[in-house]
Amino acid sequence: MNITIQLLYLFSSVLFIIGIKMMNKTKDARAGNLLSSVGMLIAIIATLMQIEVISMVEIFICILIGSLIGLYYAYKVEMTQIPEMVALFNGFGGLASVAVAISDYWLKSQITAANIDIIILVSIILSVFIGGITFTGSMVAFLKLNGRITGSPITFKGQHPLNLIMLISFILASVATWMNPSDINLMVVLVLISLVLGILTVIPIGGADMPVVISLLNSYSGMAACTTGFILNNNVLIVAGALVGASGIILTQIMCKAMNRSLVNVLLGGFGQTVAGEQTEGPSIIVKEVGVEEAAMLFDGASSVIVVPGYGMAVAQAQHVIRELMEQCEKRNISFKFAIHPVAGRMPGHMNVLLAEANISYDKLIEMDEINNEFSNTDLVFIVGANDVVNPAAETNPQSPIFGMPILNAYKARTIIVSKRSMGKGYAGVENELFGYPNCLMLFGDAKQTIAKVVSEIKEL
Amino acid sequence: MSIDSLIILIYVLVLASYLGFELIAKVPPTLHTPLMSGSNAISGITIVGALLACNELGYTTLSKWMGMIALILATINVVGGYAVTDRMLKMFKK
Repeated sequence: MNITIQLLYLFSSVLFIIGIKMMNKTKDARAGNLLSSVGMLIAIIATLMQIEVISMVEIFICILIGSLIGLYYAYKVEMTQIPEMVALFNGFGGLASVAVAISDYWLKSQITAANIDIIILVSIILSVFIGGITFTGSMVAFLKLNGRITGSPITFKGQHPLNLIMLISFILASVATWMNPSDINLMVVLVLISLVLGILTVIPIGGADMPVVISLLNSYSGMAACTTGFILNNNVLIVAGALVGASGIILTQIMCKAMNRSLVNVLLGGFGQTVAGEQTEGPSIIVKEVGVEEAAMLFDGASSVIVVPGYGMAVAQAQHVIRELMEQCEKRNISFKFAIHPVAGRMPGHMNVLLAEANISYDKLIEMDEINNEFSNTDLVFIVGANDVVNPAAETNPQSPIFGMPILNAYKARTIIVSKRSMGKGYAGVENELFGYPNCLMLFGDAKQTIAKVVSEIKEL
Repeated sequence: MSIDSLIILIYVLVLASYLGFELIAKVPPTLHTPLMSGSNAISGITIVGALLACNELGYTTLSKWMGMIALILATINVVGGYAVTDRMLKMFKK
């Protein structure tokens, strides 16, 4: 064990920790990310010091290819697509762990033909299992998020028993591998089962639950890195992997809490399916429409405005016109804030990034718990592309599938304007009672176009 | 691997997880997306394992090829993850 290399690994672990600590403050976050990347560079350099010069050529080529692909994605991706990108990269991380595990397995079982000791073998099997599930699970999440496969849950009869059978077969195959470590067929079986399990566990989960799923897969990718640390007896892998694992678990918890669902309930899937059928029988909601001019007058007459953004805002690319609306209102000394629900958007904190991109200062983005008492003293709430997160049914209707989910109390405001393309349902497939409330007005049409019109009307007032 | 080294690794795992929970619980919700993409980049630490797997060995072995695949994937994860996180955090202004 080379002391210099080990100390460099320690230094890199410390940089990861400080980097994450600096994420606790928005103003330090960028420096924290930079520090964390320096930590990664040091870990890479320390590893390269152990490598024979002959291998450097192919290593350099692989790093070059990977860097170019990574940079290309990082600069090309739209902010609306960040969840897909995170899902994709999680998947790559998972697959990399599987590949490292197989590489080490092949080396020990086929080339050096040494006895693989039990600790290493268990680590290899765990790495294949977690990494494989992370890879295919993330790919399914990626395809669901970018709409290439349906966002609604895919369920079939006997799904859960099938998963259980797969899991049991995996355990049996693991025991068989332990008894006969050099049998490569068993390893192939282990890899295949993990890959199939990844697909099977994510397809029944509906699009509305994707924030939970990517948080969880994020955690898995960290755990996969941890298991490779056990294979290679390497502490920096374990420290970094544990940090990521913890981060994913915390975000998963926050998301579940914000939807009033248990993790088990999310993972079993099928949410929003049975509900859609029942809901069509309920009485239809009568809504009041509002025109662009009248909406402009309502903004002009208000002294406080809260905007509730949802993913629909991002789809319509309405962030920038909302900033113009904000500028117009602030010129008139109207207080203008944003209320952010934890599950607004397709991943934790997604709305904040989208609004930051539109140059909206982050101190105007207020969390649910902080802003919920302010709605009753607010003249005008403007809901753009959000639906389930403001549905009072979560508080009033025990029959509703979202009952018990914490919501933004938008309904308490004096007047509510909802910008919406049409009378469609929310992502959870639930009818929104709020739209029928006497203080709620609907502003139909494409959010970007209608808000732009409202802004030009305000300018004329 | 001896039991002694396993115990040390488990110590590291438990303490690092605890530290992770403490640190990350304090990250404000505003930063959850960059946190996730940043931690995604950190999970690319598998690059260390990938590099070691690429070491020596002839091109005829599966071990080498698996190492090279892992290296490309982990590099995408690391470079892409840090770059996109930086791009996002640059936009957060007061």
